[in-house]
Amino acid sequence: MEGTILKTENLKVSFGNTLVLKGINMEIPEKQVTAFMGPSGCGKTTFLRAINRMHDLTPEAKVEGIIKLHEDDVYKMDAMTLRRRVGMVFQRPNPFPTMSIQENVLAGFTLNGIKLKAQEKKEVVEDALKKVALWEEVKDKLTARSTSLSGGQQQRLCLARTVAMKPEIILLDEPTSALDPLSTSKIEDLLYELKGNYTLVIVTHNMQQAARISDVTSFFYLGELLEFDDTKKVFTNPKSEKTQNYITGRFG
Amino acid sequence: MKNWRILENKLFVRWLSFSAIITIILLSAFFLTLTISSWPAIKANGIQFLWGKTWDPVKEHFGMLPFLIGTLLTSFLALIISAPFSVAAAIFLGEYHSKGTIPNIFRNIIDLLAAIPSVVYGFWGLFTVAPLIRPLEVKLHLPSSGLGIFTASIVLAIMLIPYSVSLVRQVISMTPIQLKEAAYALGGTQTEVIWKVVLPYNISGISAGFLLSLGRALSETMAVTILIGNAAELPHNIFSASNTMASVIANEFTEAVSDVYSASLIEIGLLLFIVTMIINLIGRSIIKNVSLI
Amino acid sequence: MEAISDRGIKRRKFKDKLFRYLVSGLTYCCLAIVFVILFYIFKKGIGSLNWAIFSQLPKPVGETGGGVVNAIVGTLMLVSVASIIAIPFGVSVGIYLADNRGRKMAGRVSLAVDMLQGVPSIVLGIIIYLWVVKPMGGFSALSGSIVLSIMMLPPVIKNTEETLVLIPNTIKEASLALGASYFRTTMKILLPTGIGGIFGGCILGIARVAGEAAPLLFTAFGNPYMNYNILKPVNSLPLVLFNYASSPYDDWHKIAWGATFILVSMVLILNIIVKYFENRWKVQF
Repeated sequence: MEGTILKTENLKVSFGNTLVLKGINMEIPEKQVTAFMGPSGCGKTTFLRAINRMHDLTPEAKVEGIIKLHEDDVYKMDAMTLRRRVGMVFQRPNPFPTMSIQENVLAGFTLNGIKLKAQEKKEVVEDALKKVALWEEVKDKLTARSTSLSGGQQQRLCLARTVAMKPEIILLDEPTSALDPLSTSKIEDLLYELKGNYTLVIVTHNMQQAARISDVTSFFYLGELLEFDDTKKVFTNPKSEKTQNYITGRFG
Repeated sequence: MKNWRILENKLFVRWLSFSAIITIILLSAFFLTLTISSWPAIKANGIQFLWGKTWDPVKEHFGMLPFLIGTLLTSFLALIISAPFSVAAAIFLGEYHSKGTIPNIFRNIIDLLAAIPSVVYGFWGLFTVAPLIRPLEVKLHLPSSGLGIFTASIVLAIMLIPYSVSLVRQVISMTPIQLKEAAYALGGTQTEVIWKVVLPYNISGISAGFLLSLGRALSETMAVTILIGNAAELPHNIFSASNTMASVIANEFTEAVSDVYSASLIEIGLLLFIVTMIINLIGRSIIKNVSLI
Repeated sequence: MEAISDRGIKRRKFKDKLFRYLVSGLTYCCLAIVFVILFYIFKKGIGSLNWAIFSQLPKPVGETGGGVVNAIVGTLMLVSVASIIAIPFGVSVGIYLADNRGRKMAGRVSLAVDMLQGVPSIVLGIIIYLWVVKPMGGFSALSGSIVLSIMMLPPVIKNTEETLVLIPNTIKEASLALGASYFRTTMKILLPTGIGGIFGGCILGIARVAGEAAPLLFTAFGNPYMNYNILKPVNSLPLVLFNYASSPYDDWHKIAWGATFILVSMVLILNIIVKYFENRWKVQF
């Protein structure tokens, strides 16, 4: 069986006076794809962003409870160190506009002040781009502006940027919702391949996507975790009635 | 290594807050300095300074009424002269032609007026406006140097145009279209809609525009100094040579020999500072209200 | 009945047309004024442009010829030093305002910056005279630069703030998610991304202070000779204009027109550069 890489105990998140996450207990398995799904406003993205402490940026946000990454308390460690161990891919592709394609891949190193030799840089860039199936398409224009790529390519570049840092866990916040169907399926194939070596946690609005690529699925509803089990089980025989209603499309 | 990163981050945040607070400190320090340095004059001249008619550095008798009047006359005259032009251009660019490349070009051209330095306006006015005013003064049997309040006001009016046009145009172009459509639906002509709906609706924004123009007019120094004739008595009429609060400082500060003399000029500077600050505060709060509506 | 209402409509339509013509007329007057002024300056200025203007020092009263090379150098010196002071400081305050929107302190700072922009330049001249010239015992290019740097702050600050606010938040988050610190995110990602707008703000500031004379009257003061020493008084193009304009000598007037031409060309080019950058920059997002 897989080990647990991330564990939360009674995780609560509130914005001002509104309690958005009402005490979540979850254990995320290593080297698998875990999907978070649920209707809008159910708290799935809030939960995701709590893991790499993105809520630190919001003054009105209050996070209570414990999150442990491999036995290390996430809130007791330095946020910058945490974010090198946890990678994040965002909804809208956001390559750095002033950097070229290869500079984007190496951005994690540049920003953290990690110096690489020229040969090491080449290897990192090629390795990361190959992992996201982008190498063949861009190997002749590595110095081109990252903004010259299409939406789907940009998102793969962002994934490469994350993967280059060799994080322990990769968080993806609706990574394909801003992309066309062709790019979406390319990225889904990619994620399916990556899971052998990485732990992936993906928030998705698209049930079929969750069903297609995840090993474990969770269902959030109004800030509570109603379902967390093997994907097959969740989609064929869910425990909660609300999950059933969501899957069958009774509410969005 | 990790600690050094945290340290540089901390120092950066501290530096940002520090530089931000300095701006506030700077402003307060300005006020303090002006007050402290004008104190000898405040003591010596008393409150009568504000309406004292005589400015006599030799006898050390200082009253700033001549300059107060000079300032008020030039500023308000400039506002009145520029108003029709500014409002017209604002209506033209905000209502008749609010979109398109040619109006954009017009806007940029008018903005060029704001780019010309004040001294250049003064110099230009000396050779173009003053010679036009001279024959007029001769006709009116007045001393005909061509320099005086009126000449300064004309050039000042030109300098104010870009500022009021910019602000008033923005306000006018943001009039909600539903209001205008309601008026048109009732059968109004465009002119009527402008006068009965657009202008009244934007009266606060327009007032703010003129208020801020007034503030600029008060602070204007170089063009006025060159064109106003440099006299320290009460102006007899709008063609008289005079001085504004700003121009008397420019003309006399470096020659102020005694402490009270300098301090009196600094006191004028203090008053100028206070008045422009108040005008800016009021204008700014009006604009804030208008944007929030 | 019909005739009366017809007359009413006719009159209103006439008024409408009249007003429209009036508004257009006045607007074209405004445009004409711009051309009149610029044309006059260029006509008078071109006639005075010669090599001497750029290479010679001002000659004493009575002697013909001479130039304003010391003023050109002086203007460049004053503007450069002012920029060195104002740009790092102004960009920092701009970053502060962009990152602390909505906080009370930021509101106060924003207010202070707006007030700073409204301080009459002659009053700033008095203040720096009291703060710098008096303690130093004399006029100097340094004091002049300090005044100009204060005047440069508001445009630099405001443009930096507005530029940074326009950058989508997701770029900042991407950087932080990679483990970058706030410092590095700002310096390596946000500032480079916003460099167009920030640069525009700096050029705007420079264009504004290059033409200022009032605050220099009792700080830089002016100097008939060439001076490279920042601790001594220095001449500048606007000061030359002021002095020569008030003089009765035709010779000096001629040179002043040459100086005017140089100054106005400089300022106009800078303004055009700003407009160009503004458009290019805003298209990005």
